[in-house]
Amino acid sequence: MIFDFSVIWDNLPLYFGGVLITLKILLISLAAGLALAIPLGLMRVSKSPLVNFPAWLYTYVIRGTPMLVQLFLIYYGLAQFESVRESALWPYFSSATFCACLAFAINTSAYSAEILAGSLKSTPHGEIEAAKAVGMSRAKLYRRILLPSALRRALPQYSNEVIMMLHTTSLASIVTLIDITGAARTVSSRFYLPFEAFITAGAFYLCLTFILVRLFKQAERRWLAYLAPRKA
Amino acid sequence: MYKLEVQDLHKRYGSHEVLKGVSLAAKAGDVISIIGSSGSGKSTFLRCINMLEQPHAGKILLNAEELKLVASKDGALKAADPKQLQRMRSRLAMVFQHFNLWSHMSALENVMEAPVHVLGMSKKDALEKAEYYLNKVGVAHRKDAYPAHMSGGEQQRVAIARALAMEPEVMLFDEPTSALDPELVGEVLKVMQDLAQEGRTMVVVTHEMGFAREVSNQLVFLHKGVVEERGDPREVLVNPQSERLQQFLSGSLK
Repeated sequence: MIFDFSVIWDNLPLYFGGVLITLKILLISLAAGLALAIPLGLMRVSKSPLVNFPAWLYTYVIRGTPMLVQLFLIYYGLAQFESVRESALWPYFSSATFCACLAFAINTSAYSAEILAGSLKSTPHGEIEAAKAVGMSRAKLYRRILLPSALRRALPQYSNEVIMMLHTTSLASIVTLIDITGAARTVSSRFYLPFEAFITAGAFYLCLTFILVRLFKQAERRWLAYLAPRKA
Repeated sequence: MYKLEVQDLHKRYGSHEVLKGVSLAAKAGDVISIIGSSGSGKSTFLRCINMLEQPHAGKILLNAEELKLVASKDGALKAADPKQLQRMRSRLAMVFQHFNLWSHMSALENVMEAPVHVLGMSKKDALEKAEYYLNKVGVAHRKDAYPAHMSGGEQQRVAIARALAMEPEVMLFDEPTSALDPELVGEVLKVMQDLAQEGRTMVVVTHEMGFAREVSNQLVFLHKGVVEERGDPREVLVNPQSERLQQFLSGSLK
């Protein structure tokens, strides 16, 4: 077996284009997902069933169904309805990029909400009492104590979620997008070199993961210093 | 006029009554020690004063302003007006047994937090104040440290500085030395003694008989949710009238 470097070399621009698409989808869906996850996470720790239940149902349904099914439902499923095709939103829902970002954002919002909720619940009770005892209102307690503390403690788990999301974005290639995996599929079918094509894709994902891990390490060093052992 | 007045406080957990009508009145500069065995209700009483626990009956007055209370569904009382409760809590600083510093903030940030975000003080003024009080309790050199990186005694002194930075009317101490090892108890008691000598009004739940005797000017002995005995600590501790207090004191060495 001879590894055909020349084909990979010739198609590197295709892969780099794929990296950009992958990063674009990843960043958009993470940003939207996190923005959704914060209110959802707060709802998930509410004692009121009226507030808690909708968020519980949302995260249960999203986490209980495969990502690919969700993506197909949004990209192919919605197009079946005439009311969707004729609505003002059709330009969006007919775009694969939009549908992929939407599906991924919804998916990561559910996972991130549960991570945040777990982190909120594990806030030491004494710290909440101390905040009440100095006269903080509920809103201030959340804004100043609970959320800053919980978001920090959620970082290690969230970094995992982000890496999972990076790999999940490879599904976008199934709905016609030329991300890293899409590039590999193109190369694979054009030259009938699946091994070379996908091992290159794997290498790109590895590099991106490596960068993400480093970034999160930095973030943890900065925001989780208070949980680290004391420096001499 | 009393700074802090608590009248006939009742509290129960389910059918178990832990406070059966406890009253307390503190004038400016009073240092009141509340002693009693575990389960006597002394911590619960203190925590009812700033509504960290909900009493079932009673009145709480700070500077003659009565905290408006209404019954909630489960029968316990809650503040009728959250704004009033928040305002009163900000005038009643509390120091906890387990310090309860905000772990993601440095010592300095812990002390600055409430003055800036509850009292609305400017950051610059709050910083000055925080540094002043950290210095006063002797932990200024640890101002950038996180709570987890400090000793218990240091953490408790930061917690006292955090309470002081609010310039409270009354300070509530909930067994402030019980979680400290004997070596560290002294440094915290010393700070509290200094505060008492400055004329701060303090209500202290404590097991430190020495502190109760030497520093406080009023002693309250709680037993099974009622005040068994109260008075000048030097008289009460030397010459206890009730059998319960005699028993309680004979259990401690001095």
